[in-house]
Amino acid sequence: MTIVVLAVLAAATVAGLVYRARYGRLRAAQGDLPPGLLPPARDTVTLLQFSSATCAPCRRVRAVCADLAGGLDGVRHVELDADEHLDAVRELGIWRLPTLLVVDRSGRVATRTVGVPDQAALRATVTEVLAT
Amino acid sequence: MTGPQRSGGHMTLDPRGPRFSAALTTIVFVIVLLTGSGWLALAQAVVFAVGAYDPRLTPYGLLYRYLIAPRLAPPAEREDGAPVRFAQAVGLIFALLTVAGYLSGLTVLGIVGALFALVAAFLNAVFGLCLGCEAYLLLRRLRAA
Repeated sequence: MTIVVLAVLAAATVAGLVYRARYGRLRAAQGDLPPGLLPPARDTVTLLQFSSATCAPCRRVRAVCADLAGGLDGVRHVELDADEHLDAVRELGIWRLPTLLVVDRSGRVATRTVGVPDQAALRATVTEVLAT
Repeated sequence: MTGPQRSGGHMTLDPRGPRFSAALTTIVFVIVLLTGSGWLALAQAVVFAVGAYDPRLTPYGLLYRYLIAPRLAPPAEREDGAPVRFAQAVGLIFALLTVAGYLSGLTVLGIVGALFALVAAFLNAVFGLCLGCEAYLLLRRLRAA
């Protein structure tokens, strides 16, 4: 049993390291938002955050996004409760919370982040999407 | 201020408390697996049950509050208590599986339950990854499917 326990802990350590390396990373993504999910806003880049009541880091994502949206013209932050939008969650293939999508002006998903994004990296990405 | 704080009616926690509890839970499940003790798993199940109600009231939470926290700086930020309580409830399910397995002689069930609980507690303690919290949306999606 000692060997089983050690092997399982070793596997968990590898999984934890992978998790830590990926957490908060902004990854390029594709796809359109389900129609009608967001109120239309012309010429606006949307930081679309999926959250839930039991999500500890959601609050920090909210702070990062609100700060960014407040300081940049043409950027808005929309937070949706995943529980109340399970159809969209399924359609967008979201499995973990918080998930943050950067949505360009034409309603296409540009990047996707699970976890808390780095503020500077998010700002760079949003600036890039704004310029397209 | 290290005592309990409630803002707007909901619980907030010093995030280091649950990490400390997860470390002790990890040790408990290692001992459960090495000794095959269903009774120790039962004691841990009681701890989880209390934690699902209020994580600060478990023996680990009290230990953190009165022995560890006073020696540390106040937390930079507090976290919402709801995810932690949910995760404790998930832990309770696995602990009960472990108890049922070991005490009924279905040792394999006991081992599997304890290994799941061990991995969850270990990832939380070492990496701050709350598996129970991550499982929340998964469960919601499956239930609604």
